[in-house]
Amino acid sequence: MANKIKVATTSLAGCFGCHMSFLDLDERLIALAEVAEFDRSPITDIEHCGPCDIGLIEGGVCNSENVHVLREFRKNCKILVAVGACAINGGLPAMRNHISLEDCLLEAYRDGIGVENAQIPNDPELPLLLDKVHPIHEVVKVDYYLPGCPPSADVFWAFLTALLEGREPSYPYELVHYD
Amino acid sequence: MMKTFIQKVLTDADYQPARLLTILRALQAEYQHIPIDAIDILADALNIPRTQIIAVVEFYSFLHLTPQGRYDILISDSITDRMQGKENLLGYLSSALKVKAGQVRDDGLVSLNNTSCTGMCDQGPAGLVNGHALTKLDRPRIDEIAALVEQQKPLGEWPPHLFAVDDNIYKAGLLLNGPIENGAAIQATYTRGINNTLEELDRAGLRGRGGAGFKTAMKWRFCAEEPSEQHFVVCNADEGEPGTFKDRVLLNSHAEQVFEGMTIAAAIIGANQGFLYLRGEYLHIFDKLQAILQQRRNAGLLGANILGQGLDFDIEIRLGAGAYICGEESALIESMEGKPGIPRNRPPYPVTSGYLNQPTVVNNVETFLAVAKIAIEGGDWFASFGTEKSAGSKILSICGDCSRPGIYEYPFGVSIEQILADCGASNVLGIQVGGPSGTFISNQEFNRQLAFEDLATGGSFIIFNNSRNILEIVQNFTHFFAHESCGFCTPCRVGTALLKKQLDKIIEGHGSAGDVVELESLCQLVKSNSHCGLGQTAANPILSTLQRYPDVYEKQLKSISYEPGFDLDGSLEIARRMAHRDDAAAHLSQVED
Repeated sequence: MANKIKVATTSLAGCFGCHMSFLDLDERLIALAEVAEFDRSPITDIEHCGPCDIGLIEGGVCNSENVHVLREFRKNCKILVAVGACAINGGLPAMRNHISLEDCLLEAYRDGIGVENAQIPNDPELPLLLDKVHPIHEVVKVDYYLPGCPPSADVFWAFLTALLEGREPSYPYELVHYD
Repeated sequence: MMKTFIQKVLTDADYQPARLLTILRALQAEYQHIPIDAIDILADALNIPRTQIIAVVEFYSFLHLTPQGRYDILISDSITDRMQGKENLLGYLSSALKVKAGQVRDDGLVSLNNTSCTGMCDQGPAGLVNGHALTKLDRPRIDEIAALVEQQKPLGEWPPHLFAVDDNIYKAGLLLNGPIENGAAIQATYTRGINNTLEELDRAGLRGRGGAGFKTAMKWRFCAEEPSEQHFVVCNADEGEPGTFKDRVLLNSHAEQVFEGMTIAAAIIGANQGFLYLRGEYLHIFDKLQAILQQRRNAGLLGANILGQGLDFDIEIRLGAGAYICGEESALIESMEGKPGIPRNRPPYPVTSGYLNQPTVVNNVETFLAVAKIAIEGGDWFASFGTEKSAGSKILSICGDCSRPGIYEYPFGVSIEQILADCGASNVLGIQVGGPSGTFISNQEFNRQLAFEDLATGGSFIIFNNSRNILEIVQNFTHFFAHESCGFCTPCRVGTALLKKQLDKIIEGHGSAGDVVELESLCQLVKSNSHCGLGQTAANPILSTLQRYPDVYEKQLKSISYEPGFDLDGSLEIARRMAHRDDAAAHLSQVED
């Protein structure tokens, strides 16, 4: 098929759990590969994103690098999707929002038990932390949200097949209740 | 020491758990907070869980777990107070007393904070000191207050002019013009007969004056028909809608007639006990109202065998403690039972299961006032005023940009134009009718009518002239709802906070076209999914102005597709400082280059 849709994926302040869940599509990945190809993604190891149709973002925004990556995706992807609890709400990493960044850094690099050679990392190669972890829609415009921690493979499938068929995605109740 | 005091308070409250709020108010006044030891004593004495007591303390704005100042000063933060220079005065007071808003001074002498509208919109900027209303604040008065605090002068010795509250009745209509003679309405009710009096109320077409407009006779009939040993009458004087103050005036000058209306309700539904739920902000009329109740008892108009007709009925006043939501009738009942004011699921409605799960009639102050008059004059008399669907008159609290803010009574159907002319408003930009939960109308709509079938209002009527900024008004209202949400249901608790955040983002100039679309869809979500009227109306200020003034919002927007609502580079500041970095990679641009 000549005009495959292009998909890019990345994980910001996430745990790659959403990506693992995506792989749970199992044999449906073969069907997906018939109509889609991957641009930047941990699956391809492509480093920078080119023009894409769909960008899937896992994780929230916790540091300056996350901001750059997210902007690269927004610039290149026609449709940008917040995947999973962390991208949507900040999730687990955002639990640090109740503690000042100063206290977090001091605990991790100076005062914590077992810290040796205490110092705050300052290599220019390292991205700086934002004082709060943000959901991605607070930094760029987001088109769709896939709920779940992680969203199940069926949610990914329902979403992608809907987009491919030109329908507005919707999820049956069974896919989005968590108790 | 404390134990003795608590015993006294408990004895006064007859050890009734339902009077928890009354008990806690007394403790707060004595100790400037609710001491943790007191909570344990109360839990034992009243046989209620200590968590319920803590929940109540945390719920109400006027109760605290940590000590406030011995002089606890609150400044009313309604839009009208702001229009009268409140922000500036708060800053002035703050520097005079050397304490920031939201804080207690180190020596514990004074604390300062904002509070929601205290119902003095026609004589603001207003405030409260230890719960007592302060009016017409200006710099000389602030100087005076600051000096009195520093001298530690007891509140009882403060000059009375600081606490003077005026009625400001500018236009009296069919209710305010002819106050009834004490006992005449009860007498008329028994002369005509209970059932016939209910018929008269029905014929009068009287609808609830709190804003919702439910037919009073129908409500009372439902309640009367409920088989139960006990029925209750409740007068809702939790007048919290910003811009409303007519109930304060009615209770200050026409309380007799209101109590008489309640007594007629008791005769009709078969109640022996009534309650006046008075908002905490109106503490200044509490003693006066207690004295009036006592006079009525002495005159045989309350108590056993009223006017020899075999009716036993008395009225107890319950004070609120700073919670807008308690104006919602089921939240009010919860509050009367000594619980946080969280609205109940309805049905069952209070007429079947209200106070202590007994059939209860809850009506607005003005409704009872009208009932007493109708009992004397008859239904046809009342129905001859107003419009077909809105019989009688409406008492308005008019404030904002006009030369005569105060109380105005009009037959329903009066045009907005007429009202504006009477109160001396010119150069009008728009009017908030019915308070923040009502509608903002523009100056293209002054031919509209005040009536349930067009513009309904519980009494609030705030006028804005062309010098006012619509977005500031909407922002004040939106923050108000986020503050007053009771927190019970997610659409309102989270939704009102999101509305506030999204609106602030646009007003602060970080918004783009998508943000307005997002704001509007948030509004719809909060409106259609919230548990009670608060959440269902919290988006009204935004929705009604978005509809009328889309250009005002558009002007705030940037042409770019999106900008974060927070300072991206600023949020790297702590990390930069701690890593001692300032290289290019240690900074972020606000929008993508």
